[in-house]
Amino acid sequence: MSTGTEVEVVMPQMGVSVSEGTVTRWLKQAGDAISRDEPLLEISTDKVDTEVPSPGEGVVAEIRVQEGETVEVGTVLALIRPAGGEAAPSEPTPAPAGEQELVDEPQAAAQPEAEPVAEAPAQPASSASEPEVAEPVVAGAPVEAPAGEGNGRTFVSPVVARIAAQHGVDPGGIPGTGQGGRVTKKDILAFIESGAASAPTAPAPVPVPVPVPVEVTEPAPPPAEPEPAVPAVASSAAAPAPASPAPPAPPAPPAPQPPAASPATEAPEPSSAPVGEHEEAMTAMRRGVAEHMRRSLDTSAHVTSAIEVDMSRVVAAREQLKREYQSSYGVNPTYLAFIAKAAVATLGDWPWVNGEIRGDKIVTRSFVNLGIAVALEDGKGLIVPVIRNAQDYNLLGVARAIAELAEKARTKKLMPDDVQGGTFTITNPGGFGTFHGTPIISQPQAGILGTYAVVKRPWVVQDELGQDVIAIRPMMNVTLTYDHRLVDGAYAGGFLRDLRARLEAWGDGDA
Amino acid sequence: MAEKTYLQAISDSLRLEMRRDQRVFVLGEDVGVYGGAFKVTQGFQEEFGASRVLDMPLSETAIVAGATGAALMGMRPVAEMQFADFVSCAWDQLVTVAAKQHYRAGTPIPIVLRLPSGGGFSGGPFHSQNPESSFAHIPGLKVVCPATPEDAKGLLATAVEDPNPVLFFEHKHLYRRIRGEVPDERYTTPFGKARTHRPGEDVTVITWGAMVYVADDAAAKLAEEDVSVEVLDLRTLIPWDRDAVLESVARCSKVLVLHEDTKTGGFGGEIAATIAEEAFEQLDAPVRRLAAPDSPVPFAPSLEKAFIPQVDDVAAALRELAAY
Repeated sequence: MSTGTEVEVVMPQMGVSVSEGTVTRWLKQAGDAISRDEPLLEISTDKVDTEVPSPGEGVVAEIRVQEGETVEVGTVLALIRPAGGEAAPSEPTPAPAGEQELVDEPQAAAQPEAEPVAEAPAQPASSASEPEVAEPVVAGAPVEAPAGEGNGRTFVSPVVARIAAQHGVDPGGIPGTGQGGRVTKKDILAFIESGAASAPTAPAPVPVPVPVPVEVTEPAPPPAEPEPAVPAVASSAAAPAPASPAPPAPPAPPAPQPPAASPATEAPEPSSAPVGEHEEAMTAMRRGVAEHMRRSLDTSAHVTSAIEVDMSRVVAAREQLKREYQSSYGVNPTYLAFIAKAAVATLGDWPWVNGEIRGDKIVTRSFVNLGIAVALEDGKGLIVPVIRNAQDYNLLGVARAIAELAEKARTKKLMPDDVQGGTFTITNPGGFGTFHGTPIISQPQAGILGTYAVVKRPWVVQDELGQDVIAIRPMMNVTLTYDHRLVDGAYAGGFLRDLRARLEAWGDGDA
Repeated sequence: MAEKTYLQAISDSLRLEMRRDQRVFVLGEDVGVYGGAFKVTQGFQEEFGASRVLDMPLSETAIVAGATGAALMGMRPVAEMQFADFVSCAWDQLVTVAAKQHYRAGTPIPIVLRLPSGGGFSGGPFHSQNPESSFAHIPGLKVVCPATPEDAKGLLATAVEDPNPVLFFEHKHLYRRIRGEVPDERYTTPFGKARTHRPGEDVTVITWGAMVYVADDAAAKLAEEDVSVEVLDLRTLIPWDRDAVLESVARCSKVLVLHEDTKTGGFGGEIAATIAEEAFEQLDAPVRRLAAPDSPVPFAPSLEKAFIPQVDDVAAALRELAAY
């Protein structure tokens, strides 16, 4: 195990309410060199998906938690051996992680052969039979591996993949009698019939994909670079359990599991999808979104009010500021920034909209932690990073904060606390041209503001003589969805009226 | 019920049809006085007269064209090619005229072409072919390939009743070699319904015609090795029984498609492709085809044996599939 000089990588605390996380993807494999703060793995919790940077520099000595496994906060995920540190081939092989021991010299492979069988009870079957990892680094203890060898071992035929998905078993853990040890339909049916599949504590079905240095496909970012460009592509955190034929390479890792379940036991829902339909496992984020949306509707009494805002002055102000903000600060003053600024100011006068029902108490605040709903690409999920103490920011600060949080959300760089503690939320689906909506409140908040497309419309205004004239004005619909348990319609209307007044009277002093 | 040869079953069926329906008549080369190249119509002229058992000139074009014209006028001709190979002489009449007449003009063409086909007796390249896939490709034609005496009788009756041109492939190698119980009375066997020749659960062989027996012998060998092989006899290729094939594939998950015709463009490709399209998730092994090599049928007995899939060839393919 640890030589004492190794640095432990632990499952980080992803916010106060989060007690566990799922390893979605290792960006480095055992044996890879890594520099401090270089992204090491991706994790997923019900709050956030993020990368975990390496806490030390050296070589990834050991990976203890495989992709798809969910573990408690604080669990050691991997060990980093400092550069130049001892390669410690002689250390005793620990039961749970022995097969991970990684050494640069192939000779070391011989070592585990001598291990008494009893010392490595669980995992060996699949690792021993892992054909792709022919490089001699591997070392599952050779417990009478039922599986054959050769190329067939990891190929999963369509029918086997389908049956496996239906029954939630991993073909990688089933003894194969087909060509090259391939798991045949008969094998998997016999396995299921034997009841082995429903006895998930049995060691066999636990897949232990053995990371092998040679197999690394992820181009390692230059070690010295503090901001590697990799994360943008790192969307595979959402990698679903294969509902369709599994890829041939290493035994499919278990799907990201619901947090409560131990990885080996939880079967993905049967995918007996009728022809033309496709099933995939929910990502942790999607599950979180789903659960939260439902719970919010079950909790709050949602009511939505809408108001039309003449954005003429905001449009003009934005035109004026745009060049300056862009050239001097590299920040785009979006409409959202204006609205956020105005909304935060307005909330000061309507504290319940920024409040919360806590038990039988009403909580109001002197500060606004403003959540900004950000949709991830391809419908991968929704996340609400929070601008803390938004009341402290001027327009430039709000604009910058929104841009930074959005970027962090999309590149999975949000820190746990970036998504915690919001008191009010703005969602902005107007970019798609929608003019109305009824968003769902982010619990335990009391309100969510929806902003929609700015559209030029004929609008009745008064000229300087007090005469009604029809003018062309850039109009925006703004909705407030509020919890009627706390906020009444008149109160919400007052908030919207004042917000509109603020936006329509936007002046230099408001920036 | 009596035991009949495959040939006798065809002859009986034809005779019953002619007795039943005055519109039915036969025409072909030497079908009358001589009783047909394989004696299927022996005695027909005595019973039905020369006007219903027509000896035709040595022109397949004239035979098929004449049959088509007679069908247009309301008759139900059953034309015999001495060998299936020669139907290519009548390609234009069959493919351009008969197959498309109903589509173009709405007039049915209820003709039956009896096509003695297949090899196994050193007939060489002109007298041994199995050209069923060429015609299966033509919309408007039906293709029938019975394997048993009972099916031959029932399918021929269905062919005569059918309002479309039907190509009735009679495998010559089955004519006198294969015997089976055949009901005495008239009956029809529906098109598009496969027959399970031998039930099994590990590997399915999908085949038709004479290959049914080759597959069955190979399956018997595999049974000794504890591999249970199902033999599915398609009976008709157009229409063919997709449901039965897919059902069998779903059970066995391993498939051998076997035919005596050459491989490229053979009907086995259609079956394999359909399985891949519609039963991909049922497969536990690649769909395997076993067919004759892409060459004319050789004369020499040794070469012909190497050409036509033999029991050992099928058994070897089955073994590989079972072990996959």
